Amino acid sequence: MSIIEVHNVRKTFESIVALDKMNVSVEKGEIFGFIGPDGAGKSTLFRILATLMVPDEGKATMMDYDTVKDYREIRQHIGYMPGRFSLYTDLSVEENLRFFAHIYGTNIEEHYDWIKDIYDQIAPFKKRRAGDLSGGMKQKLALSCALIHKPDVLLLDEPTTGVDAVSRREFWQVLQRLKNEGLTIVVSTPYMDEASQCDRVALIQDGHLMAVDTPLSITRKFEKPLYAVAGTPRYFTLQQVRSWGETVRAYPFGERLHLVTDEPADTEELIRRLEMVGITDVVMDSASPTIEDAFIALMEHHHG
Amino acid sequence: MDDKVIIVDDLLRTFGSFTAVDHITFDVKKGEIFGFLGANGAGKTTTMKMLTGLLSLSGGKATVAGFDVQHNPEKVKKRIGYMSQKFALYDDLSVWENIRFYGGVYGLQNSEIKERGEAMLEKLNFGDVRDQMIGSLPLGWKQKLAFSVALLHQPGIVFLDEPTGGVDPVTRRQFWEMIYEVAETGTTVFVTTHYMDEAEYCDRIGIMVAGKLPALDTPAKLKQQFDADSVDGVFVQLARGKQKE
Repeated sequence: MSIIEVHNVRKTFESIVALDKMNVSVEKGEIFGFIGPDGAGKSTLFRILATLMVPDEGKATMMDYDTVKDYREIRQHIGYMPGRFSLYTDLSVEENLRFFAHIYGTNIEEHYDWIKDIYDQIAPFKKRRAGDLSGGMKQKLALSCALIHKPDVLLLDEPTTGVDAVSRREFWQVLQRLKNEGLTIVVSTPYMDEASQCDRVALIQDGHLMAVDTPLSITRKFEKPLYAVAGTPRYFTLQQVRSWGETVRAYPFGERLHLVTDEPADTEELIRRLEMVGITDVVMDSASPTIEDAFIALMEHHHG
Repeated sequence: MDDKVIIVDDLLRTFGSFTAVDHITFDVKKGEIFGFLGANGAGKTTTMKMLTGLLSLSGGKATVAGFDVQHNPEKVKKRIGYMSQKFALYDDLSVWENIRFYGGVYGLQNSEIKERGEAMLEKLNFGDVRDQMIGSLPLGWKQKLAFSVALLHQPGIVFLDEPTGGVDPVTRRQFWEMIYEVAETGTTVFVTTHYMDEAEYCDRIGIMVAGKLPALDTPAKLKQQFDADSVDGVFVQLARGKQKE
């Protein structure tokens, strides 16, 4: 059963098309991720869903309520955490939480068990002003404030941007627990590796959805042969690989380079080719595509 | 010995009773791509501010481009380039105005600004946007331009603070190729990132944890040392061991 429906939503800012006829739906109880870089349109979509912005064309519904006409109902049922920290920096941790509880017509105690896991970690600092918290603690407070009225849908706009790799992992563990409690979570991120944490993802670029599916299905659709290549020196290896006729594209990928070809390649022959030009420590193996490989392929496809 | 362009010896910085940078020692060689990693609040930015002459030291010594950062911060600043994710160029100046502005700040002659600026625009293929406001350009373009502008005065060392945050995967890689290219010509690149795959692209990395530097080596050797199959694995082990808010 879908809990969010987006139909032909278009939004422009002067000459910039932020969202171009977007269609997508989110199922109840899933973690749905919008994966894409800055400027792809993620925040615009989140603002429309959060009833803070009106689309130029098309319509969006949340729990069957229209985001334009029924914004009051929707706001009672969603929690929204914008990308930029937007709590009151000169109120204390506890005051912020009480404020948000109050405007949603509840109090901290009513749904405390719902946020306990997260809030307990910042409770020792509850008298501290929110502006004086570390990044990780601010994030936990913002999440507590977005959850205090026990919403049905949680909208998280880039909650992990600029957050270090370990804190990001912990944040995702929290989201998995909330999902198990039945919450529907819509999250955006520029980190491609976070796609695997989502039940379904939409790959978004320049206001378009390039793909919507489970992470596994998206990578399965990547059909071309993919190889992980290493060689010293690294940059020279990349330049060499790129110069080959059989190379569709080649790019750095972690400690290796990823090479995409049209046809399965004779790796022994390719290894010899690299060694002939003086490259050492050559390694070449078949590799499984990741979401990031799929994203790169789709980007090139969309740009022609 | 002269090929060390950054020498950090027992560097210390305290804020009141808090020790942000706790006696760290390392050096960076000419032409090296040095990745500087760490959790939020581990002390990366504080270290970077000291190395770029923006913050005084509480103890220890650091030499950058041949000058002591404590005693000659202005000389250091002239010899380094700097760009960050948060602030790089002026949104309400055009591409060309930004180039002129930074060229002026770095003390270039007008003729040098014109010559190097034109060459830069051509190389980036940015000729068509020279009179556009920076604010109207996609993030990835801005960051590529900001990197080039940070190199306009041909510094020996460039400091990049999370240069690719939020940039799409294709542009992010194009950015790294620009890094490779300048490193090959002998420019030293000191870079911070939260993308663990980018850490793998570095010649050597240092990982800060709670003000200290418990890991400092090539990505391959660190993976061996920590018995991890990626830098991400090394990072998680280190950061988990010492976690506190």
